[in-house]
Amino acid sequence: MTLQLSHFSAAVIFAFFASIVFGITQRSTRREMVRYGAYCFVLFVVGTIAAGWLMWLLRH
Amino acid sequence: MAEPATKAASKAQPQPVTLMSVVAPALGWLIPGAGHLIQKRWGRGLLLMASIVAMFVLGILLEGKVYAFNTGDILDMLGFVGDLGAGGLYIVTRAMDWGRGAINLATADYGTKYIIVSGLLNIISAVDAYDIAIGKKP
Repeated sequence: MTLQLSHFSAAVIFAFFASIVFGITQRSTRREMVRYGAYCFVLFVVGTIAAGWLMWLLRH
Repeated sequence: MAEPATKAASKAQPQPVTLMSVVAPALGWLIPGAGHLIQKRWGRGLLLMASIVAMFVLGILLEGKVYAFNTGDILDMLGFVGDLGAGGLYIVTRAMDWGRGAINLATADYGTKYIIVSGLLNIISAVDAYDIAIGKKP
């Protein structure tokens, strides 16, 4: 069984799981964990979109 | 004035080695999230386990490559180190001869990165289990 993902969905899934681990391991209280995990997720996704646009600009 | 220096000195002192401070990170490396579960951090342990295992399995399903021990290219050696961080998942995958990598698929490279990063995240998780065991983290 193999799986095919688009580049964007692969990046979002990556961001989701990595953010959970970062949130749990880098903060001490539950509230801080949730906030930091959400922060990391947003940074991952925004960074992915920004990098995509940067590459588009370089290409054109 | 002397109090901060005393605090700094006490922080610099080595932590006593307890059974849990050895078992928790070792078990956490072997089975993702188990280092937290053994210390009754059920929620954190299950979330870590689900995240790391899901990433690793997705990497395999994306036909990512699992690196074996090698002394070749530096990136291949680092890939092996990252993969090894997944502990039991890596051992099972190598034993089953999964993760050969499909060079004809563009997304297989994502799979390779998923596998490496899940191993690295598992190392962070094991270190976190150690911090809980020595009382550095609640």
